[in-house]
Amino acid sequence: MATKAYQKTYTQLSAITKATVSLKASGVANDELASVEGRLAQVVKTKGDTVTLQVFAGTEGIPTNAEVSFHGAPPTLKVSEQLSGRFFNAYGSPIDGGPEIEGEERPVGGPSVNPYKRKQPSELIPTGIAGIDLNNTLVSGQKIPFFADPDQPYNQVMADVALRADVDKIILGGMGLSNDDYLYFRHKFESAGALEKIVSFVNTTEEPPVERLLIPDMALAAAEYFAVDKNEKVLVLLTDMTLYADALSIVSNRMDQIPSKDSMPGSLYSDLAKIYEKAVQLPDGGSITIIAVTTLNDGDITHAIPDNTGYITEGQLFLRADSDTGKVIIDPFRSLSRLKQLVQGKKTREDHSQVMNAGVRLYADAQNAKTKMENGFDLSDYDLRCLDYAKEYAVRLLSIDVNISITEMLDTAWEIFAKHFSPAETGIKQALIDKYWKA
Amino acid sequence: MNTTGKVTGIVSNLVTVQTDGPVAENELCYINVGGTQLLAEVIKVNADKASVQVFESTRGLKNGDSVEFLGKMLEATLGPGLLSSVYDGLENNLATMTGVFLKRGEYTDPLDHGKLWDFTPIAKAGDKVIAADWLGEVREGWLPHKIMVPFSFKGNYTVESIVEAGQYNIDAVIAVLKDESGDRIDVTMTQRWPVKIAVKNYREKPRPTRIMETGLRVMDTFNPIAEGGTGFIPGPFGCGKTVLQHAIAKQGEADVIVMAACGERANEVVEIFTEFPELVDPHTGRKLMERTTIICNTSNMPVAAREASVYTAMTICEYYRAMGLRCLLLADSTSRWAQALREMSNRMEELPGADAFPVDLSSIISNFYARAGMVILNNGQTGAVTFIGTVSPAGGNLKEPVTESTKKAARCFYALEQNRADQKRYPAVNPIDSYSKYLEYPEIAGYLNEKIEKGWVEKVNKAKVLVRRGKEMADQINILGDDGVPMSYHEAFWKSEMIDFAFLQQDAFDPIDALCPFERQKFMLDLILDICDKQYEFEDYEKCRGYFKSLINALRQMNYTEFKSKAFEENFEKLQKLLSENGN
Repeated sequence: MATKAYQKTYTQLSAITKATVSLKASGVANDELASVEGRLAQVVKTKGDTVTLQVFAGTEGIPTNAEVSFHGAPPTLKVSEQLSGRFFNAYGSPIDGGPEIEGEERPVGGPSVNPYKRKQPSELIPTGIAGIDLNNTLVSGQKIPFFADPDQPYNQVMADVALRADVDKIILGGMGLSNDDYLYFRHKFESAGALEKIVSFVNTTEEPPVERLLIPDMALAAAEYFAVDKNEKVLVLLTDMTLYADALSIVSNRMDQIPSKDSMPGSLYSDLAKIYEKAVQLPDGGSITIIAVTTLNDGDITHAIPDNTGYITEGQLFLRADSDTGKVIIDPFRSLSRLKQLVQGKKTREDHSQVMNAGVRLYADAQNAKTKMENGFDLSDYDLRCLDYAKEYAVRLLSIDVNISITEMLDTAWEIFAKHFSPAETGIKQALIDKYWKA
Repeated sequence: MNTTGKVTGIVSNLVTVQTDGPVAENELCYINVGGTQLLAEVIKVNADKASVQVFESTRGLKNGDSVEFLGKMLEATLGPGLLSSVYDGLENNLATMTGVFLKRGEYTDPLDHGKLWDFTPIAKAGDKVIAADWLGEVREGWLPHKIMVPFSFKGNYTVESIVEAGQYNIDAVIAVLKDESGDRIDVTMTQRWPVKIAVKNYREKPRPTRIMETGLRVMDTFNPIAEGGTGFIPGPFGCGKTVLQHAIAKQGEADVIVMAACGERANEVVEIFTEFPELVDPHTGRKLMERTTIICNTSNMPVAAREASVYTAMTICEYYRAMGLRCLLLADSTSRWAQALREMSNRMEELPGADAFPVDLSSIISNFYARAGMVILNNGQTGAVTFIGTVSPAGGNLKEPVTESTKKAARCFYALEQNRADQKRYPAVNPIDSYSKYLEYPEIAGYLNEKIEKGWVEKVNKAKVLVRRGKEMADQINILGDDGVPMSYHEAFWKSEMIDFAFLQQDAFDPIDALCPFERQKFMLDLILDICDKQYEFEDYEKCRGYFKSLINALRQMNYTEFKSKAFEENFEKLQKLLSENGN
């Protein structure tokens, strides 16, 4: 990111906030990068001859006579096969002590894929976790976040999913990752012997929050290189998107924009969609699948960040601690994979969708029975059977520590149904009952 | 000489332009950035400064870049070939664009100029005509596509000449008209119309008189939407809005379907244009895609074009309505359009209304819904635009500006409910909160009396009462406990559960259950209401529960089998047997 020699240097800032600086300058392009006292910044607004820059590293210690020079180009990433196995910061510079990347320099945050050129996602991504594969099956080209409270082991689950998924490249975009979690990912990838297919862009909590805004664009520029140029199946992990959105709100607040719900900028939906919609099944076989993490505040999904996310992504995987069994489970009510019907019963056994629905419906009956019990009412025989069923269902299928094939999941479900219910109570189509019921 | 200008300010896609002449509100302009022209629309003028929203990314744009105003508003190109096409919000044909990625400043023609159409004249030389009168007809797929006197023609015209039947492309002059002052005007098969202005070339817009059948029990029977009616579907994410909308698009009884994917997921659009060419329209047996136009401005495409996308879609519907066709417009979701308005309003530093939305949101929404409707054309034929919009309320809370504004404008309300979705009771339309104002129309009641049977609306209301009563009983049982209430409470609760499971719920992914024609809906409703009318004696509530569960199971098995097939009759027999064992 060297300053080009012929470019003019400015030395008079007219305004400074915690995230932005303003100055009088001419010939400046929208979205162009600049250096402010050596720190990277980007043009976010021009008005007359006044230019406002968002300073990624924050403005602490920036004086009004700071040196400002413009780079004449938006943020870029150098892409080549050399990215594999490497760790970078938000600017795309190596942080693993290795050499700089040689390759083609491409702008990040580029245009979207023509929707007409997309292909319908149809390839199943098995994870071994029944709460996902059975109830919320993932498909390549999908975008889906984990919704989890901060105390849930979401990064661990995500790392497991990534390593079990059959993909060519895994791109990690870490935003506000604690140093411990960063090292966890690094260790986990190394010990799985999978480092060669992993590229990481990391902003830790020790680094300035506004820098995070570059992480998804960097990670997705790398993903597009492998998916579009190399026709590879790419899985992008983004954690934690809540911290990304927080950084957005900081910048918009410093720019005096009127906040909408939960102090978030009015453009939050579009900002998040620009990232998630990079998930794609390309016509030539390459694909980008995005699995993200959105941390919640005490399970509240009505907050603007999870709410907007849910409207953009193709479902969500809701992690919850189940007090009855002590397991962390994928909540079957709040979780959803919108693309599951593209593979269920097509790439999996014919009974998949009916078994899934019956399992969840009976689990809902168990929740009603539980409410009855908590209110001190007598439980019917059916209620008691539901409660027994719910425990077994949670431990053997919903828990995140399950690792079995989808056929085994279906067989397990039929086994549990037969143990607790009559065929009619499951409400499954007769033809399937005749074929699969484990009398 | 058109007005020109220079860029003086940029915030994201809002650009301020210093102008050298007159500009109009909503006028289009091109902004030149490094040899590429970006289309933009004037949204505010202050002295010689115009604020324009750019329909593309403004990356690299500089103050001082030149701007050229076009002297016209955003227009849709109308003509044969619109059906089966996939357009962006500005009606660029996405199929003819080059490359995998959208290129900034690439604008493609909506219609194929080379294709020849079989033209048959309707009017003849000497006929007196006005705007929207039919001059001739071509076959677009299986639909008669009328070639009309352009909507923008004011006053009276005489047909000077019209070509003979034959093959013509859309640019060929098919008729010459003479206006009142004797000037001759050439008419081709295409015309242009500004999308933000409603097409009003019809005689009158009466109250709707027919139901648009969707094959969805929860809609057709419980809360039907009229042909030319308006409805909206609000719901939190994950409640099945999209599945419900796609079901309506697949099964809706309409000649033309326009789907506006406004700020939504690209994969949902992909699903439509991947599946629709394979799927068959249940009413005509033709491929669904033949009657469908897709306007897609997905969530990652430029925000300003979101607003344009719903207007473009509506204009296309109005165009086909003027041919005497029945059109259905589905817009998913109008909230994203409202959010686009909010983003611009915010960047212009306007004083915000509720939740930072612009203060005129409500009037913008109601004006848009008002463009739907059944109309009687100048030649006495009828056409209709039925409009169903989805709303994505923030946090699933229906007390937010977009939902509230839409509720004032739309006549049908299909409330998707998180609680029902959690229990996988799909479609998750709340049967008690949802409504259709059309059931109160005497015209519609009369139509249903004739189409289905006399007293149908009363029957539907009876079923609604049973559902509501069941809900009240469930509340009582929850408070007082299973043993604390009389048996009749359990019975009432289970009757409502039966209506819910066997009638309201419908499996959109089951090839048989997904589509339920009126005849079958009537059969099932009659059957279920008969069961509800019977008297029962149960020893305890367990027996009651078990009995109704087996009835529900038998009824559902019927739903999964082909109507009046052998398997259907067998399941019906099973049900009759169960009924004869208990109740009288």
